[in-house]
Amino acid sequence: MKYVIFGATCLALLGAFFLATSFYRDKQAEKYGFLAEENAALFVREHSQTLGDKDAKVYLVEFMDPACETCAAFSPFVKRIMDANPGRIKLVLRYAPFHEGADYFVKILEAARRQDRYWETLDVMYQSQPYWASHHNPQPQRIWQFLPKAGLDLERIRKDMEDPAIAEIIQQDIRDAKTLNVRKTPGFFANGKPLQAFGAQQLLDLVESEIRANYPNGPVRSP
Amino acid sequence: MSLPDKTYNANWTLLFLCWLLAGGSTLGSIFFSSVMEFAPCVLCWYQRIFLFPLVIILGIGLFPLDRGVVKYALPLAMAGWLTAAYHNLLYSGIIPEKLQPCSQGVSCTEKYIDLFGFVTIPMLSLVNFSILIALLIVFQRRMSK
Repeated sequence: MKYVIFGATCLALLGAFFLATSFYRDKQAEKYGFLAEENAALFVREHSQTLGDKDAKVYLVEFMDPACETCAAFSPFVKRIMDANPGRIKLVLRYAPFHEGADYFVKILEAARRQDRYWETLDVMYQSQPYWASHHNPQPQRIWQFLPKAGLDLERIRKDMEDPAIAEIIQQDIRDAKTLNVRKTPGFFANGKPLQAFGAQQLLDLVESEIRANYPNGPVRSP
Repeated sequence: MSLPDKTYNANWTLLFLCWLLAGGSTLGSIFFSSVMEFAPCVLCWYQRIFLFPLVIILGIGLFPLDRGVVKYALPLAMAGWLTAAYHNLLYSGIIPEKLQPCSQGVSCTEKYIDLFGFVTIPMLSLVNFSILIALLIVFQRRMSK
């Protein structure tokens, strides 16, 4: 009898936990959906770098950090999802440089944008990340040896990255990340709906559900 | 049902309540950190370290009912209570913030929830440890009769 009471209580506790979790997540999703309608600027700012067709109906917003390993690991996957559904997805990159000193790399990235080398530079950063972003021994200066691969004028980068306008972009993104409760990177939103449980399959499901909702007539192609 | 049986059941229920309290607060704290994504500060971690094992220890003490469980559970609960008490003093500003051990990372005085104006997470922790200690002492008294 006592075992039954004990076991049932265990189940009830866990059940309550999972119910509360799903209730809380639904509430959050509702809240951000509301934010998305009320205030689209929270997700896409004027300054935000975007990739993809301008008429795409699915906005995939990613809060990222150039020094974040998971962002680097996810980047090719995000590109594959986009390639599988050409013209339908627009990727919006926002900054959430949570790693210590990561705004340094964001500044380089924004400076590279002025040379029209944004995505090339981001790729180079992600690929060389293990050499400069080690957690126990970060060596930001080592990034410079990799940057020429992106075809950058390094002198101009060094000058441009000190522009206060870039620092302001970073501050704005950090404020928006806070408002949207992004505490980890990468933080994804598809048309304002947050990725609730993190994972590649979950991201794919979220994006595909938005594609289905916005392109009812076309098939959804998985990467 | 004979009288000793009744006492046994009452005592078992008492310890079961202790376990339920520990289990409930453990899940609650995991809810705060993993679902609502409030990062636990250093002091919160110490309180969790004293709380989480109680779920296992009290659970084992239930089968069969073991009065000796108090010997292991009470020190943990007391250590948790002391940490929680200290945390509340920090939180309410009675101990100045500069004395806090967590200058880097998550602040121990940042307010996350504030229900009805006075219920905070450290407050919940303190109340929880207080009830646990009280129940454990009652349990021990009853068992040693």
